[in-house]
Amino acid sequence: MRRLFLLGACLAATLLAAPLAAQERVLNVFNWNDYIDPYMVQRFTRETGIRVRYDVFDSLETLEGRLSAGRTGYDIVVPTSEPTFSRLARAGAFRPLDRALLPNLRNLDPALQAQVAASDPENRFGALYLWGTIGLGLNAERIRALAPDAPMDSLALLMDPQHARRIARCGITMMDSAIDVIPTVLHYLGKDPNSTDAGDLREVERALLAIRPFIRNFSTGGAIEALAGGQSCLAFGYSGDMIQAGLRAREANRGVAVQYVAPREGAQLWFDLLAIPADAPNPEAAHAFINFLLQPDVMAAITNHVRYPNGVPASRALVAPEVADDPAVFPPEALRARFFTIGPVPQAAERARSRVWARFKAGR
Amino acid sequence: MTPRLRRALVLALPAAWMLLFFAAPFAIVLSIGFAEPAEGIPPYAPLLRRGEDGALQLQLNMANLQLLLEDPFYAEAALRSLRVAAVSATLCLLVGYPMALAIARAPEGWRNTLLMLVVLPFWTSFLLRVTAWIGLLQDQGWINGALLALGLIEDPLRLLYTDLAMYLGITYCYLPFMVLPLYASLSRLDPALLEAAADLGARPWRGFLAVTLPLSLPGVVAGYLLVFIPAVGEFVIPELLGGPGAQLIGRVLWTEFFQNRDWPLASALAVVLLLLLVLPIALFQSRATRDAER
Repeated sequence: MRRLFLLGACLAATLLAAPLAAQERVLNVFNWNDYIDPYMVQRFTRETGIRVRYDVFDSLETLEGRLSAGRTGYDIVVPTSEPTFSRLARAGAFRPLDRALLPNLRNLDPALQAQVAASDPENRFGALYLWGTIGLGLNAERIRALAPDAPMDSLALLMDPQHARRIARCGITMMDSAIDVIPTVLHYLGKDPNSTDAGDLREVERALLAIRPFIRNFSTGGAIEALAGGQSCLAFGYSGDMIQAGLRAREANRGVAVQYVAPREGAQLWFDLLAIPADAPNPEAAHAFINFLLQPDVMAAITNHVRYPNGVPASRALVAPEVADDPAVFPPEALRARFFTIGPVPQAAERARSRVWARFKAGR
Repeated sequence: MTPRLRRALVLALPAAWMLLFFAAPFAIVLSIGFAEPAEGIPPYAPLLRRGEDGALQLQLNMANLQLLLEDPFYAEAALRSLRVAAVSATLCLLVGYPMALAIARAPEGWRNTLLMLVVLPFWTSFLLRVTAWIGLLQDQGWINGALLALGLIEDPLRLLYTDLAMYLGITYCYLPFMVLPLYASLSRLDPALLEAAADLGARPWRGFLAVTLPLSLPGVVAGYLLVFIPAVGEFVIPELLGGPGAQLIGRVLWTEFFQNRDWPLASALAVVLLLLLVLPIALFQSRATRDAER
């Protein structure tokens, strides 16, 4: 009987605790790994009294899988503009932003906002957080020793078997993402990066299979460690990850130097957007968080920490000089002119692409 | 309470369990398998729809099943998974049988300790144990480090991200599932039978083949199935240790679900896989029970 009473007491406590927790105001954030300055999350809680429950993902597939099932319980998610954000927005996964609650939206760069609007008409559902490109992380010294004539600013370093064969000896890591790599290869081959043409796709497959023997491993999150630890001297991945690998290598101080290069053929540009799921339990806190993040000093701290550029031009003056002057973080205008963006492709084309990817990984 | 009522109550619990945790989820997966992919949340169209005349319509989409049967990609992945599971289960048997036999023949006082040692790895997380193998096998890992230090090799051996690493990982993780049922059947073996065989002139090897092995067959079958069935759908170990060429059915399912966002096709694949595994095993079981009754 006593035990039954205890059980009842526990149940009652849980039932009572639920509304109490809601009053306490909790914000549930689902963001990429290593993608914020943790101190800024603390500052948000201090300023607003809203407790933050912070959860991370490392691939768009994970994020989209969860959001497609609905009722995730998250208030803030950070999808990439294409293809994930635009697809989820069309499916009705997001709540429109309430501009009255977001006065800091005016801090965002209008030119970047216009580019984002290609995926988010009228910037209705998303506020630009950070952006970047996909390109090469490389250990120039070791590559030069093996392939002195290879062009260090070109995708040919990876895609030309002549060069890849020699560089393979110090290790090549490829990001494991058909979404991100296939458009770049299409672009490198002089095709439309959104092409769904079977012939184009065959050419991509041929080009990828030609370099397959020279790739040591496939990893998106693991590229930082592989480059910094010296297991690889060339990696294809997100700009900020490659820059973080360089920082980590410098900290370890074992004679490894890593730099990021946006290929001169033109790099794929992406935007990560702050969005609120349609069924977010606490949309008010979510708006408060977005408005907090869009302050110039907060954005400057985040860019300092993660080495990705943000969408708030006024933050540039507050960013540490070694970050602000790094052309890998803030690419010069001439290079930016050659960046390209991608759009969504139909499901059948996507299956064809993931087949190419599977055969590429298998080397058959 | 009448005995009949009591019996019904006792049976109700496992029946409710099966209904709640197997039949209902299976029905949901099956129904998604017949749906059509669509943009939305969830990303498929409902099976039951109101037609233009307001009548309820049931639409079954057979395209998923058709694609699974027509595209050799899926059958190849399934065959590869069956092969990996068979090799892993055989390796477990080869390693596990001598272990189980040794434990069963060990002095009384030792047996519980030895069995404990077999189960001991379960006390740490499964993921942690698989990750530990990465530390052992990688280029700068312990094994390569030791071989390099001894001067046996000049360049590190490629151990990680190979089939070898995958088989090592699966065999290591599933070994207890093989040893325990084997031990159960071997420890029940009457030693008098082996003595009789020896008295009749059988050498130990022949005694093993003629007496021990046949009598332990139920344990062999149970252990083999306990390893084989989960190994077919194994996703984590090939991902962490295996090479990029190892496209097993678990990975294919993941790709369809997350990368292609085709929930209906992924569900249809899951159902087909379940039938492929359950039907032969159910047939085998019913025949084995019939044989035992005879």
